[in-house]
Amino acid sequence: MIGLKHLKIWVGGIILAALFVCGVASPLLAPHDPQAQTLEDRLRPPRWAENGSPAYLLGTDNLGRDILSRIIYGSRISLLVGAATVIFAGLIGCTLGAVAGYFGKLADDIVSKISEIFLAFPFLLIAIAIMAFLGQGVVNLIMALMLSRWVQYCRVVRGEVLSIKERDFVTAVKALGGRDGYVLLRHVVPNTVASITVIATFAMAIVIISEASLSFLGLGVPAHIPTWGSMLSEGRSYINRAPWLTIFPGLAIFITVFGINLLGDGLRDIFDPKLRRQR
Amino acid sequence: MNTLSRRILGAIPVLLGISFLVFMLMHIAPGDPVSLLLGDDATPADIEQTRRELGLDQPLLVQYWDFLSRAVRGDFGRSLKFNEPVMKLVFERLPATIELAFISLIVAIIIAVPLGVYSAIKHNSLFDHAGMSVALIGVSLPNFWLGIMLIYFLGGQLNLLPVAGRIEYGIEVKPITHLYLIDSLITGNFTAFWSALQHLLMPAFTLGTSLAAIVTRISRSSVLEVMRQDFITTARAKGLSEKTVIWRHILRNAMITIVTILGLQLGALLNGSVITETVFSYPGIGELLIQSISARDYKLTQVLILFFAIIYFVVNLLTDFLYSWIDPRIKF
Repeated sequence: MIGLKHLKIWVGGIILAALFVCGVASPLLAPHDPQAQTLEDRLRPPRWAENGSPAYLLGTDNLGRDILSRIIYGSRISLLVGAATVIFAGLIGCTLGAVAGYFGKLADDIVSKISEIFLAFPFLLIAIAIMAFLGQGVVNLIMALMLSRWVQYCRVVRGEVLSIKERDFVTAVKALGGRDGYVLLRHVVPNTVASITVIATFAMAIVIISEASLSFLGLGVPAHIPTWGSMLSEGRSYINRAPWLTIFPGLAIFITVFGINLLGDGLRDIFDPKLRRQR
Repeated sequence: MNTLSRRILGAIPVLLGISFLVFMLMHIAPGDPVSLLLGDDATPADIEQTRRELGLDQPLLVQYWDFLSRAVRGDFGRSLKFNEPVMKLVFERLPATIELAFISLIVAIIIAVPLGVYSAIKHNSLFDHAGMSVALIGVSLPNFWLGIMLIYFLGGQLNLLPVAGRIEYGIEVKPITHLYLIDSLITGNFTAFWSALQHLLMPAFTLGTSLAAIVTRISRSSVLEVMRQDFITTARAKGLSEKTVIWRHILRNAMITIVTILGLQLGALLNGSVITETVFSYPGIGELLIQSISARDYKLTQVLILFFAIIYFVVNLLTDFLYSWIDPRIKF
């Protein structure tokens, strides 16, 4: 079903692109300042509901701040933390995985033992632990999530490199005098890109949910920065009076993560030959 | 040396690594851990005394050795927030988490296994695509949001289920196993059983959903994997009915993977329990962890994280054994 596969990539890609646009162009897109408090308009329901105001499409929170603008600005943190974590965790994980898989022996032993220790923690717990001791902050958050995510890349890349390095074309390059560094970077690593792309996509989805979870628990970025997780956490106490405070930020997380997972699914369908056979 | 002892010996360096990482957490905290422990209004004399008491004036390796030797004896000190021995707090809260995890696992199995198996049998049908879309939605739903929405609709709007706690206030359960569902059944206290079950339903559904999504996909792919094997073709070729092929040959073999993966997903439950317990104010060790973090009770936080990691590690080890026991072709 080629149509469905491409549909997944298109829908997922559009959602990811929308997140990117919202994150980059939030000042242009947001109708209000996300921090501006209008106390006379506090807890105003969405525009279409009774008592809603045309000025606030998705309503306002307990301090009279515009929910839509806060959701648009909140996408910045999701995008920034998601992208930075995926890139840095990818760099660390892929480098260690490639070195361990290619050189084997001591390098492999050391990397495998370290990954085993990290794998012994449920990943969100590593992030919770680090944030609990380091304190809130964007950099701390990226570091905590990065430390909890690099192992997945490392394991997959190591496995791929182990199999690629035994193939004939690698032996041929070596026979022609190719040095290890050259063989690894020019011939082995490029062949792992497909798998890395798929893991990175799924990792982005997991990181966005994790960031929202940490912010929800009060362990994410500082409270004054709007994030989807912290909006949910603040809105929780008003759940019966003003459910829109939690419904919309939650929907934003769900749609974003769903889109990215859809994209990952589509990419995996294309890249994974084992799955292709199943179809 | 047999497999069991080799695996247990192999676990020692990993456990040491885990304990070292957890020990170091206290030292990566910016600033002086003692000032953090005592708060802003501590005098320099207080800080100095606590530093000596905690052994923080010793070299790092000596401190680690001390931490380790106490940990082996089960001595983790007292919690600052609750002013009780840390292990007592952990064991008080642990049954609640076990109960929640167990019911969530049942919820996940009830939803996921039939959905995944049937999707695979009806491979590429409308049902298959719908089932996989549901699974994708399940993976993408943040469970804290799902929890809040359940509280709003089932708890607030429809008033069907209690929104917080483990049992209705005032109902007593005679502690035997400390698992309320089991204890209330043993003692014949059905009011308590019903109340405990009602309190468990929403958190277990919240926690079970994300697990169900993963298990659906795995069930589907393991059934598909088995369906492609030669012995299934043989079974069909010798004229067995489709029903027999599915029940006797496909499902039996696919179940090996499904059962094992369920064990391995305990980590997902532990991750989720921290958040789910917080959303539903459910008194388990996940909620205790968040309470200890907000109270800056570093000692308790440290021990809880160590505890989570060790449970997770031991369960993974047991799952490995279970795997090789179910499928003797697998050797470690």
